[in-house]
Amino acid sequence: MTTAAVTGIGVVAPNGLGVADYWSAVLRGQPAIGPIPDSTYPVRFAGQVVGFEPDRHLPGRLVPQTDRMTQFAIAAADWAVQDAKLDLSGFDPLDVGVVTAGTSGGFSFGQRELANLCHRGPEHVSAYMSFAWFYAVNSGQISIRHDLRGPTGVLVADQAGGLDALAQARRKVRQGTRLVLTGGLDCPLCPYSLTAQLAGGRLSDRDDPATAYLPFDVRAGGHVPGEGGAILVLEDRAQAGARGAAVYGEIAGYGATTDPHPDSGRPPNLRRAIELALADAGLHPADVAVVFADAAAVPELDQAEARALAEVFGPHGVPVTAPKTAIGRIYAGGGPLDVVAALLALRERVIPPTVNVARRTVDRAVDLVEAPRPLTGSAALVLARGVGGFNSALVVSTRDIVDR
Amino acid sequence: MDAFTLAELIRIMRECAGEDDQVDLDGDVAEVDFAELGYDSLALLETAGRLAREWGVSLPEEELTQVRTPAGYVALVNRELAQSGAGG
Repeated sequence: MTTAAVTGIGVVAPNGLGVADYWSAVLRGQPAIGPIPDSTYPVRFAGQVVGFEPDRHLPGRLVPQTDRMTQFAIAAADWAVQDAKLDLSGFDPLDVGVVTAGTSGGFSFGQRELANLCHRGPEHVSAYMSFAWFYAVNSGQISIRHDLRGPTGVLVADQAGGLDALAQARRKVRQGTRLVLTGGLDCPLCPYSLTAQLAGGRLSDRDDPATAYLPFDVRAGGHVPGEGGAILVLEDRAQAGARGAAVYGEIAGYGATTDPHPDSGRPPNLRRAIELALADAGLHPADVAVVFADAAAVPELDQAEARALAEVFGPHGVPVTAPKTAIGRIYAGGGPLDVVAALLALRERVIPPTVNVARRTVDRAVDLVEAPRPLTGSAALVLARGVGGFNSALVVSTRDIVDR
Repeated sequence: MDAFTLAELIRIMRECAGEDDQVDLDGDVAEVDFAELGYDSLALLETAGRLAREWGVSLPEEELTQVRTPAGYVALVNRELAQSGAGG
Protein backbone atom coordinates (compact mmCIF):
# COMPACT_ATOMS: atom_id res chain seq x y z
CA MET A 1 0.00 0.00 0.00
CA THR A 2 1.15 3.53 -0.76
CA THR A 3 2.65 5.24 2.25
CA ALA A 4 1.49 8.85 2.75
CA ALA A 5 4.54 10.79 3.84
CA VAL A 6 4.71 14.32 5.22
CA THR A 7 7.40 16.22 3.32
CA GLY A 8 6.58 19.84 4.06
CA ILE A 9 5.11 21.86 6.92
CA GLY A 10 3.88 25.44 7.20
CA VAL A 11 2.80 26.73 10.60
CA VAL A 12 1.01 29.86 11.81
CA ALA A 13 0.57 29.62 15.58
CA PRO A 14 0.18 31.88 18.61
CA ASN A 15 3.60 30.68 19.78
CA GLY A 16 5.43 30.98 16.49
CA LEU A 17 5.40 31.61 12.75
CA GLY A 18 7.04 28.76 10.84
CA VAL A 19 7.72 25.23 11.98
CA ALA A 20 11.04 25.96 13.70
CA ASP A 21 9.73 28.75 15.93
CA TYR A 22 6.57 26.79 16.72
CA TRP A 23 8.44 23.65 17.77
CA SER A 24 10.94 25.61 19.82
CA ALA A 25 8.13 27.30 21.76
CA VAL A 26 6.19 24.04 22.16
CA LEU A 27 9.24 22.31 23.58
CA ARG A 28 9.91 25.14 26.03
CA GLY A 29 6.25 25.16 27.05
CA GLN A 30 6.23 28.88 26.38
CA PRO A 31 2.73 30.17 27.20
CA ALA A 32 1.11 32.21 24.44
CA ILE A 33 -2.31 32.91 25.88
CA GLY A 34 -3.04 36.59 26.38
CA PRO A 35 -5.90 39.01 26.89
CA ILE A 36 -8.32 39.58 24.02
CA PRO A 37 -8.05 43.35 23.42
CA ASP A 38 -11.12 45.25 24.59
CA SER A 39 -13.05 42.05 25.25
CA THR A 40 -16.37 42.77 26.87
CA TYR A 41 -17.24 39.08 26.78
CA PRO A 42 -17.07 36.47 29.53
CA VAL A 43 -14.10 34.91 27.71
CA ARG A 44 -11.09 37.12 28.37
CA PHE A 45 -8.11 35.27 26.90
CA ALA A 46 -7.05 33.66 23.65
CA GLY A 47 -4.01 32.32 21.87
CA GLN A 48 -3.31 35.10 19.39
CA VAL A 49 -0.89 35.11 16.47
CA VAL A 50 1.60 37.98 16.69
CA GLY A 51 3.87 39.29 13.97
CA PHE A 52 1.82 38.08 11.00
CA GLU A 53 1.89 40.79 8.32
CA PRO A 54 -0.59 40.14 5.49
CA ASP A 55 1.12 42.67 3.22
CA ARG A 56 4.41 40.86 3.61
CA HIS A 57 3.21 37.25 3.81
CA LEU A 58 0.83 37.12 0.85
CA PRO A 59 0.25 38.78 -2.53
CA GLY A 60 -1.25 42.25 -2.23
CA ARG A 61 -4.12 41.38 -4.52
CA LEU A 62 -5.32 38.68 -2.11
CA VAL A 63 -5.38 40.85 1.02
CA PRO A 64 -8.69 42.70 0.42
CA GLN A 65 -10.53 39.50 -0.52
CA THR A 66 -9.51 37.32 2.42
CA ASP A 67 -10.40 36.77 6.06
CA ARG A 68 -7.46 36.54 8.47
CA MET A 69 -7.84 32.73 8.60
CA THR A 70 -7.41 32.56 4.83
CA GLN A 71 -4.40 34.86 4.97
CA PHE A 72 -2.91 32.39 7.45
CA ALA A 73 -3.81 29.48 5.15
CA ILE A 74 -2.26 31.02 2.04
CA ALA A 75 0.97 31.81 3.90
CA ALA A 76 1.10 28.39 5.59
CA ALA A 77 0.61 26.66 2.23
CA ASP A 78 3.41 28.73 0.68
CA TRP A 79 5.73 27.84 3.56
CA ALA A 80 4.83 24.15 3.38
CA VAL A 81 5.58 24.06 -0.35
CA GLN A 82 8.92 25.81 0.25
CA ASP A 83 9.72 23.47 3.14
CA ALA A 84 9.03 20.47 0.89
CA LYS A 85 11.34 22.00 -1.74
CA LEU A 86 8.56 21.60 -4.28
CA ASP A 87 8.27 23.17 -7.68
CA LEU A 88 4.54 22.76 -8.26
CA SER A 89 4.87 23.85 -11.89
CA GLY A 90 6.53 20.49 -12.48
CA PHE A 91 3.29 18.66 -11.64
CA ASP A 92 0.15 18.17 -13.70
CA PRO A 93 -2.44 20.37 -11.91
CA LEU A 94 -4.81 17.38 -11.83
CA ASP A 95 -2.24 15.43 -9.79
CA VAL A 96 -2.24 17.87 -6.87
CA GLY A 97 -5.15 18.27 -4.47
CA VAL A 98 -6.08 20.47 -1.51
CA VAL A 99 -7.98 19.15 1.51
CA THR A 100 -8.44 21.43 4.51
CA ALA A 101 -10.64 21.50 7.56
CA GLY A 102 -13.01 24.34 8.28
CA THR A 103 -15.04 25.17 11.34
CA SER A 104 -17.32 28.08 10.68
CA GLY A 105 -15.48 30.08 8.05
CA GLY A 106 -14.11 33.61 7.84
CA PHE A 107 -16.09 35.14 10.67
CA SER A 108 -14.35 38.50 10.96
CA PHE A 109 -14.78 39.20 7.24
CA GLY A 110 -18.41 38.12 7.57
CA GLN A 111 -18.97 40.26 10.64
CA ARG A 112 -17.61 43.37 8.91
CA GLU A 113 -19.70 42.89 5.77
CA LEU A 114 -22.87 41.99 7.67
CA ALA A 115 -22.39 45.20 9.64
CA ASN A 116 -22.07 47.05 6.32
CA LEU A 117 -25.27 45.43 5.11
CA CYS A 118 -27.12 46.24 8.30
CA HIS A 119 -25.95 49.82 8.84
CA ARG A 120 -25.16 51.12 5.34
CA GLY A 121 -27.05 48.99 2.85
CA PRO A 122 -26.40 46.22 0.33
CA GLU A 123 -24.35 48.39 -2.03
CA HIS A 124 -21.74 48.68 0.73
CA VAL A 125 -21.18 44.91 0.97
CA SER A 126 -17.97 43.63 -0.61
CA ALA A 127 -18.32 41.43 -3.68
CA TYR A 128 -15.70 39.21 -2.04
CA MET A 129 -18.21 38.39 0.69
CA SER A 130 -19.54 35.86 -1.83
CA PHE A 131 -16.75 33.48 -0.83
CA ALA A 132 -14.51 35.09 1.80
CA TRP A 133 -16.56 33.88 4.77
CA PHE A 134 -17.35 30.46 3.29
CA TYR A 135 -15.87 27.59 5.31
CA ALA A 136 -14.38 26.01 2.16
CA VAL A 137 -12.55 29.20 1.16
CA ASN A 138 -9.11 28.15 2.40
CA SER A 139 -9.06 25.11 0.12
CA GLY A 140 -10.32 27.26 -2.74
CA GLN A 141 -7.78 30.06 -2.35
CA ILE A 142 -4.85 27.65 -2.01
CA SER A 143 -5.93 25.73 -5.10
CA ILE A 144 -6.41 28.92 -7.15
CA ARG A 145 -3.10 30.41 -6.04
CA HIS A 146 -1.09 27.37 -7.11
CA ASP A 147 -3.41 26.21 -9.92
CA LEU A 148 -4.07 22.86 -8.22
CA ARG A 149 -6.97 20.93 -9.73
CA GLY A 150 -6.74 17.50 -8.16
CA PRO A 151 -9.11 16.22 -5.44
CA THR A 152 -10.06 19.24 -3.39
CA GLY A 153 -12.49 19.67 -0.55
CA VAL A 154 -13.15 20.67 3.03
CA LEU A 155 -14.06 18.67 6.14
CA VAL A 156 -16.09 20.16 8.94
CA ALA A 157 -16.15 18.49 12.35
CA ASP A 158 -15.09 21.22 14.79
CA GLN A 159 -11.74 20.34 16.39
CA ALA A 160 -11.85 16.77 14.98
CA GLY A 161 -11.98 18.10 11.42
CA GLY A 162 -8.27 18.88 11.22
CA LEU A 163 -7.42 15.21 11.66
CA ASP A 164 -10.21 14.15 9.31
CA ALA A 165 -8.70 16.39 6.61
CA LEU A 166 -5.28 14.76 6.95
CA ALA A 167 -6.93 11.35 6.73
CA GLN A 168 -8.82 12.34 3.60
CA ALA A 169 -5.58 13.64 2.07
CA ARG A 170 -3.92 10.33 2.88
CA ARG A 171 -6.82 8.48 1.24
CA LYS A 172 -6.33 10.56 -1.93
CA VAL A 173 -2.57 9.94 -2.00
CA ARG A 174 -3.25 6.23 -1.67
CA GLN A 175 -5.67 6.45 -4.58
CA GLY A 176 -2.98 7.94 -6.77
CA THR A 177 -3.04 11.70 -6.31
CA ARG A 178 0.63 12.66 -6.36
CA LEU A 179 0.50 15.50 -3.85
CA VAL A 180 -2.06 16.89 -1.44
CA LEU A 181 -1.76 20.11 0.55
CA THR A 182 -3.72 19.48 3.72
CA GLY A 183 -4.40 20.79 7.21
CA GLY A 184 -6.46 23.57 8.66
CA LEU A 185 -6.32 27.19 9.79
CA ASP A 186 -8.83 28.98 11.95
CA CYS A 187 -9.29 32.47 13.32
CA PRO A 188 -12.27 32.45 15.66
CA LEU A 189 -11.58 35.51 17.80
CA CYS A 190 -13.84 38.29 16.47
CA PRO A 191 -16.96 39.21 18.50
CA TYR A 192 -19.29 37.35 16.09
CA SER A 193 -17.28 34.16 16.48
CA LEU A 194 -16.80 34.48 20.23
CA THR A 195 -20.53 35.01 20.69
CA ALA A 196 -21.26 31.81 18.80
CA GLN A 197 -18.73 29.91 20.91
CA LEU A 198 -20.06 31.36 24.15
CA ALA A 199 -23.46 29.94 23.27
CA GLY A 200 -21.82 26.52 23.15
CA GLY A 201 -20.91 26.80 26.82
CA ARG A 202 -17.38 25.40 26.67
CA LEU A 203 -15.35 28.61 26.90
CA SER A 204 -13.45 29.53 30.05
CA ASP A 205 -14.41 32.72 31.87
CA ARG A 206 -11.35 32.77 34.15
CA ASP A 207 -9.58 36.07 34.76
CA ASP A 208 -6.02 34.69 34.80
CA PRO A 209 -4.34 33.38 31.63
CA ALA A 210 -2.39 30.80 33.64
CA THR A 211 -5.57 29.15 34.93
CA ALA A 212 -7.93 29.82 32.03
CA TYR A 213 -7.38 26.46 30.29
CA LEU A 214 -6.60 23.52 32.56
CA PRO A 215 -7.46 20.11 31.12
CA PHE A 216 -7.14 17.12 33.47
CA ASP A 217 -6.98 19.57 36.39
CA VAL A 218 -9.45 19.79 39.29
CA ARG A 219 -9.90 23.44 38.30
CA ALA A 220 -10.87 22.63 34.68
CA GLY A 221 -13.51 25.13 33.58
CA GLY A 222 -13.56 25.18 29.80
CA HIS A 223 -10.99 26.24 27.24
CA VAL A 224 -9.64 29.41 25.69
CA PRO A 225 -9.85 29.68 21.91
CA GLY A 226 -6.83 30.26 19.73
CA GLU A 227 -6.04 31.17 16.14
CA GLY A 228 -3.69 29.61 13.60
CA GLY A 229 -3.04 26.11 12.31
CA ALA A 230 -0.84 24.29 9.83
CA ILE A 231 -0.65 23.08 6.25
CA LEU A 232 1.23 19.88 5.46
CA VAL A 233 2.44 18.48 2.16
CA LEU A 234 1.47 14.83 1.81
CA GLU A 235 2.82 12.58 -0.92
CA ASP A 236 3.68 9.01 -1.73
CA ARG A 237 6.75 7.96 0.17
CA ALA A 238 8.36 6.44 -2.92
CA GLN A 239 7.85 9.64 -4.90
CA ALA A 240 9.32 11.69 -2.05
CA GLY A 241 12.35 9.43 -2.09
CA ALA A 242 12.66 9.66 -5.87
CA ARG A 243 12.71 13.44 -5.84
CA GLY A 244 15.11 13.50 -2.91
CA ALA A 245 12.62 15.07 -0.50
CA ALA A 246 13.20 14.79 3.22
CA VAL A 247 10.40 13.03 5.10
CA TYR A 248 9.10 14.07 8.52
CA GLY A 249 7.09 10.90 8.96
CA GLU A 250 4.01 9.14 7.69
CA ILE A 251 0.32 9.30 8.41
CA ALA A 252 0.14 5.68 9.50
CA GLY A 253 -3.35 5.19 10.87
CA TYR A 254 -6.73 6.83 11.34
CA GLY A 255 -10.00 6.11 13.02
CA ALA A 256 -13.13 8.19 13.43
CA THR A 257 -16.32 7.55 15.38
CA THR A 258 -19.31 9.54 16.53
CA ASP A 259 -20.79 9.51 20.00
CA PRO A 260 -24.29 8.27 20.76
CA HIS A 261 -26.88 10.89 21.60
CA PRO A 262 -26.16 12.39 25.05
CA ASP A 263 -29.54 11.21 26.33
CA SER A 264 -29.02 7.63 25.20
CA GLY A 265 -27.16 6.60 28.34
CA ARG A 266 -24.51 4.88 26.23
CA PRO A 267 -20.83 5.82 26.66
CA PRO A 268 -18.86 7.96 24.19
CA ASN A 269 -16.89 6.26 21.42
CA LEU A 270 -13.41 7.77 21.68
CA ARG A 271 -11.94 4.41 22.69
CA ARG A 272 -13.16 2.81 19.48
CA ALA A 273 -11.64 5.62 17.38
CA ILE A 274 -8.28 4.95 19.05
CA GLU A 275 -8.56 1.22 18.47
CA LEU A 276 -9.49 1.74 14.82
CA ALA A 277 -6.52 4.04 14.28
CA LEU A 278 -4.09 1.60 15.89
CA ALA A 279 -5.47 -1.30 13.87
CA ASP A 280 -5.23 0.79 10.68
CA ALA A 281 -1.58 1.50 11.50
CA GLY A 282 -0.92 -2.15 12.32
CA LEU A 283 0.29 -1.17 15.78
CA HIS A 284 -0.30 -2.38 19.32
CA PRO A 285 -0.92 0.06 22.17
CA ALA A 286 2.60 -0.65 23.47
CA ASP A 287 4.02 0.73 20.20
CA VAL A 288 2.68 4.22 20.92
CA ALA A 289 5.34 6.50 22.37
CA VAL A 290 3.10 9.43 23.25
CA VAL A 291 -0.52 10.57 23.01
CA PHE A 292 -1.40 14.16 22.14
CA ALA A 293 -4.67 14.52 23.99
CA ASP A 294 -7.79 16.35 22.87
CA ALA A 295 -7.74 18.04 26.31
CA ALA A 296 -11.21 19.59 26.39
CA ALA A 297 -10.90 20.97 29.94
CA VAL A 298 -14.57 20.16 30.50
CA PRO A 299 -14.59 17.78 33.49
CA GLU A 300 -16.83 15.06 32.03
CA LEU A 301 -14.98 15.20 28.68
CA ASP A 302 -11.60 14.99 30.43
CA GLN A 303 -12.89 11.98 32.36
CA ALA A 304 -14.12 10.32 29.17
CA GLU A 305 -10.74 10.85 27.50
CA ALA A 306 -8.84 9.57 30.56
CA ARG A 307 -11.09 6.53 30.65
CA ALA A 308 -10.60 5.75 26.96
CA LEU A 309 -6.82 6.04 27.33
CA ALA A 310 -6.79 3.81 30.41
CA GLU A 311 -8.94 1.20 28.68
CA VAL A 312 -6.65 1.03 25.65
CA PHE A 313 -3.22 1.58 27.23
CA GLY A 314 -3.83 0.58 30.83
CA PRO A 315 -3.70 2.94 33.82
CA HIS A 316 -0.70 5.26 33.50
CA GLY A 317 0.10 3.18 30.42
CA VAL A 318 1.31 5.84 28.01
CA PRO A 319 2.76 9.35 28.27
CA VAL A 320 0.06 11.94 27.49
CA THR A 321 0.65 15.57 26.60
CA ALA A 322 -1.38 18.61 25.56
CA PRO A 323 0.85 21.41 24.20
CA LYS A 324 -2.35 23.22 23.25
CA THR A 325 -2.54 24.33 26.89
CA ALA A 326 -0.06 27.03 25.81
CA ILE A 327 -2.02 28.26 22.77
CA GLY A 328 -5.68 27.35 23.27
CA ARG A 329 -7.99 25.20 21.20
CA ILE A 330 -7.79 26.23 17.56
CA TYR A 331 -10.62 24.09 16.14
CA ALA A 332 -9.81 23.29 12.47
CA GLY A 333 -6.19 24.31 13.11
CA GLY A 334 -5.74 22.37 16.35
CA GLY A 335 -5.35 18.83 15.02
CA PRO A 336 -2.79 19.75 12.33
CA LEU A 337 -0.71 21.71 14.87
CA ASP A 338 -0.71 18.68 17.19
CA VAL A 339 0.31 16.44 14.30
CA VAL A 340 3.23 18.75 13.53
CA ALA A 341 4.29 18.64 17.18
CA ALA A 342 3.94 14.84 17.21
CA LEU A 343 6.13 14.45 14.10
CA LEU A 344 8.83 16.68 15.59
CA ALA A 345 8.59 14.96 18.98
CA LEU A 346 9.28 11.63 17.27
CA ARG A 347 12.15 13.08 15.28
CA GLU A 348 13.76 14.87 18.23
CA ARG A 349 12.94 12.03 20.64
CA VAL A 350 11.45 14.31 23.25
CA ILE A 351 7.87 14.79 24.48
CA PRO A 352 6.84 18.46 24.75
CA PRO A 353 5.09 19.50 27.95
CA THR A 354 1.57 20.35 28.99
CA VAL A 355 1.67 23.74 30.71
CA ASN A 356 -0.14 25.25 33.69
CA VAL A 357 -1.82 22.02 34.80
CA ALA A 358 -0.74 21.59 38.41
CA ARG A 359 -3.60 20.13 40.43
CA ARG A 360 -4.34 16.92 38.65
CA THR A 361 -7.78 15.44 38.75
CA VAL A 362 -8.84 12.20 40.32
CA ASP A 363 -7.95 10.72 36.93
CA ARG A 364 -4.40 10.05 37.98
CA ALA A 365 -4.59 7.18 35.52
CA VAL A 366 -3.33 9.69 32.96
CA ASP A 367 0.46 10.01 32.84
CA LEU A 368 0.45 13.70 31.93
CA VAL A 369 3.82 15.04 30.78
CA GLU A 370 4.42 18.33 32.61
CA ALA A 371 8.10 18.83 31.70
CA PRO A 372 9.94 17.74 28.54
CA ARG A 373 10.60 14.02 28.74
CA PRO A 374 12.74 11.70 26.57
CA LEU A 375 10.69 9.79 24.02
CA THR A 376 11.20 6.16 23.11
CA GLY A 377 9.54 4.73 20.04
CA SER A 378 8.47 5.72 16.56
CA ALA A 379 4.71 6.26 16.71
CA ALA A 380 2.50 8.95 18.20
CA LEU A 381 -1.27 9.10 18.58
CA VAL A 382 -3.11 12.40 18.15
CA LEU A 383 -6.68 12.75 19.41
CA ALA A 384 -9.27 15.40 18.62
CA ARG A 385 -12.94 15.69 19.47
CA GLY A 386 -15.49 18.03 18.00
CA VAL A 387 -18.72 19.44 19.36
CA GLY A 388 -21.51 17.21 18.15
CA GLY A 389 -19.83 13.93 19.11
CA PHE A 390 -16.96 13.71 16.63
CA ASN A 391 -14.00 11.58 17.71
CA SER A 392 -10.90 11.35 15.53
CA ALA A 393 -7.64 9.56 16.16
CA LEU A 394 -4.58 9.76 13.93
CA VAL A 395 -1.33 7.82 14.19
CA VAL A 396 1.88 9.34 12.87
CA SER A 397 4.99 7.24 12.57
CA THR A 398 8.68 7.64 11.78
CA ARG A 399 9.26 3.94 11.14
CA ASP A 400 12.11 3.52 8.67
CA ILE A 401 12.55 7.28 8.31
CA VAL A 402 16.13 8.46 8.10
CA ASP A 403 16.87 11.63 10.02
CA ARG A 404 15.74 14.71 8.18
CA MET B 1 -18.54 68.03 -14.25
CA ASP B 2 -15.15 66.43 -13.49
CA ALA B 3 -14.23 63.55 -15.75
CA PHE B 4 -13.37 60.22 -14.22
CA THR B 5 -9.63 59.60 -14.69
CA LEU B 6 -7.33 56.62 -14.98
CA ALA B 7 -5.54 57.73 -11.81
CA GLU B 8 -8.84 57.67 -9.94
CA LEU B 9 -9.63 54.18 -11.22
CA ILE B 10 -6.21 52.90 -10.16
CA ARG B 11 -6.62 54.46 -6.72
CA ILE B 12 -9.97 52.75 -6.23
CA MET B 13 -8.79 49.37 -7.55
CA ARG B 14 -5.76 49.45 -5.28
CA GLU B 15 -7.95 50.11 -2.28
CA CYS B 16 -10.69 47.62 -2.90
CA ALA B 17 -9.02 44.85 -4.93
CA GLY B 18 -5.37 45.07 -3.91
CA GLU B 19 -2.33 45.14 -6.12
CA ASP B 20 -0.36 42.37 -7.79
CA ASP B 21 3.27 42.37 -6.66
CA GLN B 22 4.46 41.74 -10.21
CA VAL B 23 2.68 44.75 -11.70
CA ASP B 24 3.51 48.46 -11.55
CA LEU B 25 0.12 50.16 -11.58
CA ASP B 26 1.82 53.57 -11.76
CA GLY B 27 3.28 52.59 -15.13
CA ASP B 28 1.57 52.79 -18.50
CA VAL B 29 -1.29 50.38 -17.81
CA ALA B 30 -4.18 52.05 -19.64
CA GLU B 31 -4.26 49.50 -22.44
CA VAL B 32 -3.06 46.49 -20.47
CA ASP B 33 -5.55 43.65 -20.11
CA PHE B 34 -7.02 43.38 -16.59
CA ALA B 35 -6.03 39.72 -16.50
CA GLU B 36 -2.38 40.73 -16.91
CA LEU B 37 -2.79 43.23 -14.09
CA GLY B 38 -4.04 40.43 -11.84
CA TYR B 39 -7.65 41.60 -11.70
CA ASP B 40 -10.47 39.12 -12.28
CA SER B 41 -14.16 39.77 -12.91
CA LEU B 42 -14.86 39.96 -9.19
CA ALA B 43 -12.26 42.71 -8.81
CA LEU B 44 -14.06 44.67 -11.53
CA LEU B 45 -17.39 44.08 -9.76
CA GLU B 46 -15.95 45.20 -6.43
CA THR B 47 -14.62 48.33 -8.14
CA ALA B 48 -18.05 48.97 -9.66
CA GLY B 49 -19.58 48.79 -6.18
CA ARG B 50 -17.16 51.41 -4.91
CA LEU B 51 -17.84 53.63 -7.94
CA ALA B 52 -21.55 53.42 -7.28
CA ARG B 53 -20.99 54.73 -3.76
CA GLU B 54 -18.34 57.36 -4.47
CA TRP B 55 -19.41 58.61 -7.90
CA GLY B 56 -23.09 57.72 -7.89
CA VAL B 57 -22.72 55.89 -11.17
CA SER B 58 -24.30 52.54 -11.89
CA LEU B 59 -22.44 50.51 -14.51
CA PRO B 60 -24.60 48.13 -16.58
CA GLU B 61 -23.45 44.60 -15.77
CA GLU B 62 -23.50 43.39 -19.38
CA GLU B 63 -21.17 46.22 -20.42
CA LEU B 64 -18.93 45.74 -17.37
CA THR B 65 -18.28 42.15 -18.39
CA GLN B 66 -17.07 43.37 -21.81
CA VAL B 67 -14.48 45.77 -20.42
CA ARG B 68 -10.92 44.47 -20.84
CA THR B 69 -8.60 47.36 -19.93
CA PRO B 70 -8.38 50.31 -17.52
CA ALA B 71 -8.85 52.70 -20.47
CA GLY B 72 -12.03 50.86 -21.43
CA TYR B 73 -13.27 50.99 -17.83
CA VAL B 74 -12.61 54.74 -17.59
CA ALA B 75 -14.43 55.32 -20.88
CA LEU B 76 -17.43 53.30 -19.69
CA VAL B 77 -17.62 55.25 -16.44
CA ASN B 78 -17.41 58.60 -18.22
CA ARG B 79 -20.11 57.60 -20.68
CA GLU B 80 -22.42 56.57 -17.86
CA LEU B 81 -21.64 59.77 -15.95
CA ALA B 82 -22.48 61.85 -19.00
CA GLN B 83 -25.73 59.96 -19.62
CA SER B 84 -26.91 60.10 -16.03
CA GLY B 85 -25.79 63.65 -15.47
CA ALA B 86 -24.34 62.52 -12.18
CA GLY B 87 -20.82 62.99 -10.89
CA GLY B 88 -18.66 65.83 -9.56
